[in-house]
Amino acid sequence: MVRVIVDGIPVDVPAGSSALQACEAAGKEIPRFCYHERLSVAGNCRMCLVEVARAPKPVASCGFPVGEGMEIFTDTQVVRRARRAVMEFLLINHPLDCPICDQGGECDLQDQAYGYGSGISRYQEDKRAVTDKDLGPLVKTVMTRCIQCTRCVRFSTEVAGTPELGLVSRGENAEITTYVEKALTSELSGNLIDVCPVGALTAKPSAFHARSWEYKKTDSIDVMDALGTNIQVQARGGEVMRIVPRVNDEVNEEWLSDKGRFSVDGLKRKRLDRPWVRVNGKLIAVPWKDALVALARRLDGVSGDRIGAIAGDLCDAESLCALKDLMTALGSANLDCRQDGAWYDTTRRDGYLFNSDLTGIDQADALLIVGSTPRHEAPVLNARIRKRFVDAGRGAFPVGIIGAPRCDLTYDATVLGEGPETLAALLAGEHPFADILKNAKHPMIILGHAALTRRDAPAVYAACRALAEATGVIAEGWNGFNILHTAASRVGALDLGFLPGAHGRAASSMVRGGVDVLWLLGADDVPVERIPADTFVVYQGHHGDAAAARADIILPGAAYTEKPGTYVNTAGRVQRAFRAVFAPGEAREDWRIIRAFSEVVAHTLPYDTLEQLRERMAEVNPVFAMTGEGAALLPGAGVADDPAEAVAFDEAPFRPVIRDYYQTNVISRASQTMAECSAVYGVAAAE
Amino acid sequence: MLEDKNRIFTNLYGQDDWRLAGARRRGDWNDTAAIIARGRDAIIAEMKASGLRGRGGAGFPTGLKWSFMPKGSDGRPHYLVINGDESEPGTCKDREVLRHEPHKLIESALIASFAMGAHASYIYIRGEFYREAEHLQAAIDEAYEAGLLGPNAAGSGWDFDFRIHRGAGAYICGEETALLESLEGKKGQPRMKPPFPAGVGLYGCPTTVNNVESIAVASTIMRRGAAWFAGLGRQNNAGTKLMAISGHVNTPCVFEEELGVPLKDIIEKHGGGVRGGWDNLLAVIPGGCSVPLLPKSICETVLMDYDSLRAERSGLGTACMIVMDKSTDIIKAIARFSRFFKHESCGQCTPCREGTGWMMRIMDRMVEGRADIEEIDLLEQVTRQVEGHTICALGDAAAWPIQGLIRHFRPEMEARIQQYKASHGGTGLIAVPAGVPVAAE
Amino acid sequence: MFDTDSEAEISIVLGKYPAERKASAVMPLLYIAQRQMGRQTGSAWVPLPAMDEIARRLEMAAIRVYEVASFYTMYNTRPVGRYHLQVCTTTPCWLRGSDDVVSACQKATGISQFGQTSEDGLFTLTEVECLGACANAPILQVDDDSTKIWMAPAPKN
Repeated sequence: MVRVIVDGIPVDVPAGSSALQACEAAGKEIPRFCYHERLSVAGNCRMCLVEVARAPKPVASCGFPVGEGMEIFTDTQVVRRARRAVMEFLLINHPLDCPICDQGGECDLQDQAYGYGSGISRYQEDKRAVTDKDLGPLVKTVMTRCIQCTRCVRFSTEVAGTPELGLVSRGENAEITTYVEKALTSELSGNLIDVCPVGALTAKPSAFHARSWEYKKTDSIDVMDALGTNIQVQARGGEVMRIVPRVNDEVNEEWLSDKGRFSVDGLKRKRLDRPWVRVNGKLIAVPWKDALVALARRLDGVSGDRIGAIAGDLCDAESLCALKDLMTALGSANLDCRQDGAWYDTTRRDGYLFNSDLTGIDQADALLIVGSTPRHEAPVLNARIRKRFVDAGRGAFPVGIIGAPRCDLTYDATVLGEGPETLAALLAGEHPFADILKNAKHPMIILGHAALTRRDAPAVYAACRALAEATGVIAEGWNGFNILHTAASRVGALDLGFLPGAHGRAASSMVRGGVDVLWLLGADDVPVERIPADTFVVYQGHHGDAAAARADIILPGAAYTEKPGTYVNTAGRVQRAFRAVFAPGEAREDWRIIRAFSEVVAHTLPYDTLEQLRERMAEVNPVFAMTGEGAALLPGAGVADDPAEAVAFDEAPFRPVIRDYYQTNVISRASQTMAECSAVYGVAAAE
Repeated sequence: MLEDKNRIFTNLYGQDDWRLAGARRRGDWNDTAAIIARGRDAIIAEMKASGLRGRGGAGFPTGLKWSFMPKGSDGRPHYLVINGDESEPGTCKDREVLRHEPHKLIESALIASFAMGAHASYIYIRGEFYREAEHLQAAIDEAYEAGLLGPNAAGSGWDFDFRIHRGAGAYICGEETALLESLEGKKGQPRMKPPFPAGVGLYGCPTTVNNVESIAVASTIMRRGAAWFAGLGRQNNAGTKLMAISGHVNTPCVFEEELGVPLKDIIEKHGGGVRGGWDNLLAVIPGGCSVPLLPKSICETVLMDYDSLRAERSGLGTACMIVMDKSTDIIKAIARFSRFFKHESCGQCTPCREGTGWMMRIMDRMVEGRADIEEIDLLEQVTRQVEGHTICALGDAAAWPIQGLIRHFRPEMEARIQQYKASHGGTGLIAVPAGVPVAAE
Repeated sequence: MFDTDSEAEISIVLGKYPAERKASAVMPLLYIAQRQMGRQTGSAWVPLPAMDEIARRLEMAAIRVYEVASFYTMYNTRPVGRYHLQVCTTTPCWLRGSDDVVSACQKATGISQFGQTSEDGLFTLTEVECLGACANAPILQVDDDSTKIWMAPAPKN
């Protein structure tokens, strides 16, 4: 630690800290534009100037290293003058268009101009105008507002790993551009809007929709992937207007994927807002009571083993728990949360988790990716891998991948092979990468669904597990054997045991006529065309997608922004989301629908309130009592699948599970913004 | 005044052969191995004792700078980078070294590199010096062929490579960290200091950046001794210096002169006098455009060296003076510098990016007189707001000439404004479109 | 893409810098591309595909090459005439009559504004900042070579 004196206040900060960090430690606020905690230091805005004793001129505190006994002054005449000077320079060419700027109200320049700006302009000359740039469907530009802080350049280069933005030309003609007028190809481009301290980069889809102070802000969890990104849902007048990330260093730092941010318009389109019942082949809208009674009638006399339920990817744990309890009450063991047919070791919790936690990536020193494309399956996690790759330096973080990705992963990854035979070679020690893993201190394997949804998944899984044990990926004090999930609901469902019970049927069997009544809880990605005509399909969910079209009864549920819910991320972190808006029309929170129906069929579920339901969840699996905490390695509550038959490796290569990043679930498929992205990036995304 | 026997650059005008044979005749490469045999510490001590101050403008003691390089090696290579990005208006002295004395530079680079533990040196030559770079490259090729460069360079036991990197038109690359950025293949945007190049320089390795002239004199200092060099010039302003004189003199030229000689004598002797006689002198910018100008009254007595000019609130800079006679529109002359700095600002940091443009625009109006008297104060304040707030010194350099102008020629600026008002009936700042009725007063 | 002359130059240039610091060669490679364009088309400039090719060879992001090409004034990112007339108008040259040089160039080429190319495509006239030969002022640089000094009529006293 180094002792620094800030305005007479002694503070101890770690050696190597910057003067700015020392000032913050002393509780002094330092204005800044170019400095950003998660980006490299540029030192170009000059707003953070402070005085340091014995320095001949003010220094930029963001890039000035502290020394023992250094005296820093943050509020002297020199400092105030310097900041006022810089503010004046920033403003002379900045347009006075705050009233029509979407950044207004949450603009660093606007805020700091209150502190350091002058009421009048002394600038008599013509202001600079800069041509706007086309950065694609998500990021709108008003480049005249740009203050050349280069945060966006550094974000896209350092964090996103897609160096497409640059500061070209020089002097007052310097401007931010892609130079070739092409859309940014990052799945994290929305974060550029957040890092931009002014209104140069704003959200295109929500342009001119609302002012920042009009939003009702609600904390929530993103469900577009299994990362559990902490988000804030911002709504106005009962409508979700936009979604922004919250800071959580252990999950998403402060980033959010584009799908998580920009799918919001999908929440308003193709919604199921009232119950429907199929009469004579046609769906007709009915009141809730009629729908529930019709369903109860259909179930009457059907034996439990002919009823089944499949849960989709966006479900909250509450509705999963309620549906499982209902199925159990109806005498059914036919439950499955794996509509993609994935296989994990569900007998133990560490059999299906990202065991090292996401923060484990920061320590990893070798990585083997098997059957996964992290960039598309979890862009924010991919950025974390990239961060580790960059921090480690040249060659210090070798990454091998089995199953060629269809995109640049943004870090150097060696394709070791295409399919399981490479895994066999690694296991046999015939492949040099086995030694890389073995020699690493914190080796990591990320096993993805391109491998886990195949017929030979049990064999691939077993081989990975064996490799992990042989190479120290699983060792004393370190477990780098990580499953990367793609579905937000999956881990929570596994924790609740939403799996086939004794003699229960798995999803594929249920779909192919194994049951007479099939309850699809937001299960939109089952192959509906395979469901036999005489299977009675109940669809409970929020979007009129393919599954709803096949349904005989539709129970309109709530989307993730419309209900309080619990989600468990791929690392086993239990997180709570709150309700931001009400579901449209007659649609209701999903667990309440199930609870109401249970009464109709005289199997009333023993909980009336959300709190009681959550107590029940914690009863089923104690992890649900541990919200917000890290991957608690508690034993799994699941029941083993039919014992994995000794399946042999399939020779086929691993195929990426995501063909089009922008169209992976009902919400993103309903979103026009995502459709536009898909059209713009379609080829790139599919390739 | 410098005597011929004390000249370091004996082929400054290219009257003799610039190639290896000619250089050898003039004493270059004469037993270089013996100089190197004296050892690192002795060489640096000699340089320190010589009192040589950096010839690129800032005047930092060269020997001291060399001594900042780490003594041992932590595995990272050391680099000597020579700054040949001579781009400051008025400055044209290194060009003559590159053209006519390339071997002096190469030999000195070997000595300097040895003294700082560098096996490789790059020289960054401004892109416009195309023929100059060709000359130097030819000299390098000769030196490699003669075994003066490469493994066991000049029989010294020291392996040394010397390479040229050409700039491409950016004044800012004359700033040492911008030069390093440029050499690494990036835009020439200065880095923040600390860390200083001696710790983290080229490719993150310990690096010293020196001006062409600072390096080129090293071999002669080592041969003739620190005492000889220190004996020339004045206390703390030792030695000889390449100077240039341009503008309104009868014989513009580049020459070598002792420091501490009266400016007037230099103009008379080397420049052949001011065009139209000494009394026709208006002002002199003594060291490249970034130093404030000196009106005739100061030029009468001031000495050409670091400290004397500093005392007059100007600077020696590169010692390349621009002489202006009474026919000169002094406001326009300085306004052109403002345009230069605005053109050359890298655009990285706010005060310089925005301030240089602002200063230029006000200066352009000052040339016409289309301004208010109070705007002279505004202009002065803007220069103060830029000065000292930027990453590198370009902001300061842009501010100083204007400050000098206001300090010495404010009456001319005011007169210009009055004149404009008189002939246009106003400042012209408020443009009234035709047809708009003007309210009666 | 690069012709044999250029390839020969490139291999020399790449030898100058440490292998893992290839990006250092971006400036020389831009020059090489510009000269090759001059040889092949009579207009020495750097088109976009050349920058992309340089980025590929040096394993840099293309935008980093664009940044460099746009930062330095000696890279022409738009076509220029066969002869690129670059007049220094900075104060030392201005004091010695650069205005006359400019008007002489304008008269000879028919160009009225800096940055324009003559109608026959032979000349582009550019205003440049100090060329570093102030003792020889005024200076006109044609293409890469400033040793051909244009002797303007001596300014009248």
